[in-house]
Amino acid sequence: MSSPELYLETGSRLMWLLTAAWLLPLLGFLIEIFGGYWSSRTEKTPAYIAVGCIGTGFLLSVMALFTWVDAAKIDLWAFGESEAAAVTELEPGVAEQANGEHGDHEHGDEGHGDGHSEEHQQDVAHGGHDEAHAPNNPLKTAFAGTFYRLGKFGKLDITLDWYIDGLTVLMFVMVTLIATCIHIFAIGYMSDELTEKYEDHFVHTADGGHFHRVGRFYRFFAYLSLFCFSMLGLVLAGNIFQVFIFWELVGVCSYLLIGFYVERKTASTAANKAFIMNRVGDFGFLIGLMIIWTWFGVFQFAETNPETVGQSGLFQMVRTAEGELVTKGEGNEKLVVLQARQGMHQITDPANQGKPTIPYWLLVVAGLGIFAGCVGKSAQFPLQTWLPDAMEGPTPVSALVHSATMVAAGVYLVGRFYPMFTPEVLLVIAYAGCITLLVGATIAIVATDIKQVLAYSTISQLGYMMLALGVGGWLAGLFHLITHAFFKSLMFLCSGSVIHGCHHEQEMTKMGGLYKKMPITCWTMFIGVVAISGLAIPMSNFSRYGAVALSGYHSKDAIVASAMSFSSLNPLHSLLFFIPLITAGITAFYMFRMWFMTFFGKPKDQHVHDHAHESPRVMTIPLLILAFFAAFVAIGGEKGPLAVLISKTEPAHVGGGLENAGNIGLNFPSHDLIHDFHDDAGLVALLAALIGTLLAYVFYCLKAVDTDAMKNQFQGLHEFLREKWMFDQLYDWMWVKPVHVVSSWAVAFDTYVLNAFLHFLSRMVIGISAWDRKFDEAVVDRIVNVFGETTFSMGRSLRAVQTGKIRQYVTFIALSVVSLFVLLFIFLPR
Amino acid sequence: MTTKRNAIGILMGVELVLNGANINLVAFSNSNYGLLGIDGQIMSLFVIVLAAAEAAVALAIVLSFYNNHQTVDVDQASELQG
Repeated sequence: MSSPELYLETGSRLMWLLTAAWLLPLLGFLIEIFGGYWSSRTEKTPAYIAVGCIGTGFLLSVMALFTWVDAAKIDLWAFGESEAAAVTELEPGVAEQANGEHGDHEHGDEGHGDGHSEEHQQDVAHGGHDEAHAPNNPLKTAFAGTFYRLGKFGKLDITLDWYIDGLTVLMFVMVTLIATCIHIFAIGYMSDELTEKYEDHFVHTADGGHFHRVGRFYRFFAYLSLFCFSMLGLVLAGNIFQVFIFWELVGVCSYLLIGFYVERKTASTAANKAFIMNRVGDFGFLIGLMIIWTWFGVFQFAETNPETVGQSGLFQMVRTAEGELVTKGEGNEKLVVLQARQGMHQITDPANQGKPTIPYWLLVVAGLGIFAGCVGKSAQFPLQTWLPDAMEGPTPVSALVHSATMVAAGVYLVGRFYPMFTPEVLLVIAYAGCITLLVGATIAIVATDIKQVLAYSTISQLGYMMLALGVGGWLAGLFHLITHAFFKSLMFLCSGSVIHGCHHEQEMTKMGGLYKKMPITCWTMFIGVVAISGLAIPMSNFSRYGAVALSGYHSKDAIVASAMSFSSLNPLHSLLFFIPLITAGITAFYMFRMWFMTFFGKPKDQHVHDHAHESPRVMTIPLLILAFFAAFVAIGGEKGPLAVLISKTEPAHVGGGLENAGNIGLNFPSHDLIHDFHDDAGLVALLAALIGTLLAYVFYCLKAVDTDAMKNQFQGLHEFLREKWMFDQLYDWMWVKPVHVVSSWAVAFDTYVLNAFLHFLSRMVIGISAWDRKFDEAVVDRIVNVFGETTFSMGRSLRAVQTGKIRQYVTFIALSVVSLFVLLFIFLPR
Repeated sequence: MTTKRNAIGILMGVELVLNGANINLVAFSNSNYGLLGIDGQIMSLFVIVLAAAEAAVALAIVLSFYNNHQTVDVDQASELQG
């Protein structure tokens, strides 16, 4: 920023705009969740509140976007005409340097001049440095600050922070726009919940009928609002711990939304599966967090206020301002020298001037840990099986959560946390993405449920994004994130429109010939399908706007170019180029297959076809809005406004490429190299897509090849793909069955050891009490009886004295008197 | 007194005992010497009076006895038998 006052002013304005946009859905949630009390179940008011909150959030985000673009002095609409203008830095000093040849290199040496006495290996490319451009400094256009301190426990200071840069405002705009469209769509889609008696056709009661319950319209919108709040909080977060808080919160919202139809066993199981698999990834995330805490001592991303001399953030500690990872030592002893004096764990090394260090392998582990969380959240291999099951939720949920936003959170975090990832981690990310994209695409070929096709397509496209990020195409990955969000949510909403129009029929084998009945849905879906296939008019790359193509072409082009240049620099990893290329063809194939099967051909189920109808306006208008963006959001391709916006946030070390990076010696392509490969990559990618489209047209539109016969021919492969590469069975065998075995051991232990012991104890007590009773009866009773009987017999014998005979009494009296006299006479003295 | 079953017989016995005691007292009374002096005769007068009073009461008891037992056979009155 050119002045601290401008920084503070812009920063605070951005902060207020985005915080309001973030918290409005929370307010909406709090109002809507009690909708059962203040509104009747047949009113749409909760929906209007939700749309209002998120719509206002969208407007605020757009204002924030304008504010940021203005403050960062970016010319979005240059389309590459003035290269210098496109790289305008804000400090004049840096702009001058941009014209010097190795000026930035020397500047870099001065920057850590106090480190000259260190012997270090610099991960700076010497050849790949572009002469014309200075390395991008994302921190120059970022604003960070603290909302609130949650607690300070010794040195552990947990705060709620914000971090606003181009990526943040862009994600805000994207999320709020798509969420608004989906909220409006959901008013129409969920309208059958607006009743006191909702009949759930998938839940059967004991007598075979369908289950009835009250409508849950307001609850749906409450959950959607909560989700929007969580997602926006994740994007706004300024420290990695806060990201984790909102990470878990979006997981909870996803759980609530997938399991929206609670009474359906499939839905509630799918919700559990999603949450638990996310948790598995979060275990890795926590390990990463722990390492970061121990060795860096802070969680904040960066401290961008030019006036503050306090604590530096993670990005400023791990790399220099030029993006260099300063290391020391070799092999197992390799340490990364951190660039700031802050940090809880300080290894005081006189040779380092007391700068803290972190062992290199631990930084790798931390990166892998954080990535593990992303694997779970973004449904990468091996944690991808939850996403297709998540289609049990209503279609607006699939569109919002499981295609555009939540699953994109993992990709967003990889992009955001990029400076912390070492080349080893990036390679793992690339391979994970590569495997994922292949798995997803191959399964989508044989899926027949329309939502499943889109789910596997999402998995595949997320793999593309991870691949791009892993091979050093930071811009390409995030570019694809944005375009994918638009066309995937568009396609999900179109499929929702189809499902709604066909009265909840989801199997494509029962559709067909719908283009006459649902024209708007058909042609907006077409735009989405063309976008994802990456089709373009060949050889049209003549105007300043780039090729005539929809958004997906530009982003996929960027990815393929990055992959191609990476594999040219690292021939060992050529698979990372060939597989995405082939899969681009597969993508086009299955997407057009889906489109043809749904909308063209003879109707396969006459009943469904007869009753199909176009959706109401409240559902088709969002389709049109999203179709517009799916087509034009990436206008101009790599020189267009979207790419320029994203590129301002690119980490400093990406632009120039890297040579012999990390312990494994990877080479990462620079912008110039990617640019060189751009045309070739575009051509081959387009070729692959066209072949795929053609095959789909031949198979499913012309019906020139009998697909059933093919299915029988390749029975084994078909079954394998139908069973989703047997991942569910594999995980069942690997994790669920062992748990069952262990639990059966526990049951056996409980029954045969613990229960037996308890039964033994009780039997002992019974025995003792029986003996005690016998003793009581035999001994104690007898003693007491003896006393009684003695008394009784004494009494009885004394009774015999009382004869009742008067004469006897008289005789006794007389004799007694006489004897008494005699005794007296003898013993008394005279 | 102890051998008679009849209640009146018992009363007769009582009279006999008292009169026998009287004779004893008179016999041991002698005007000049002897053991009791003139006291023996005085005591014997007392006894005669007491015998008379006691005979009256005894007859009342016998009458009550007859009311309750409808007989004068004392062996029949064995209610005190334990």
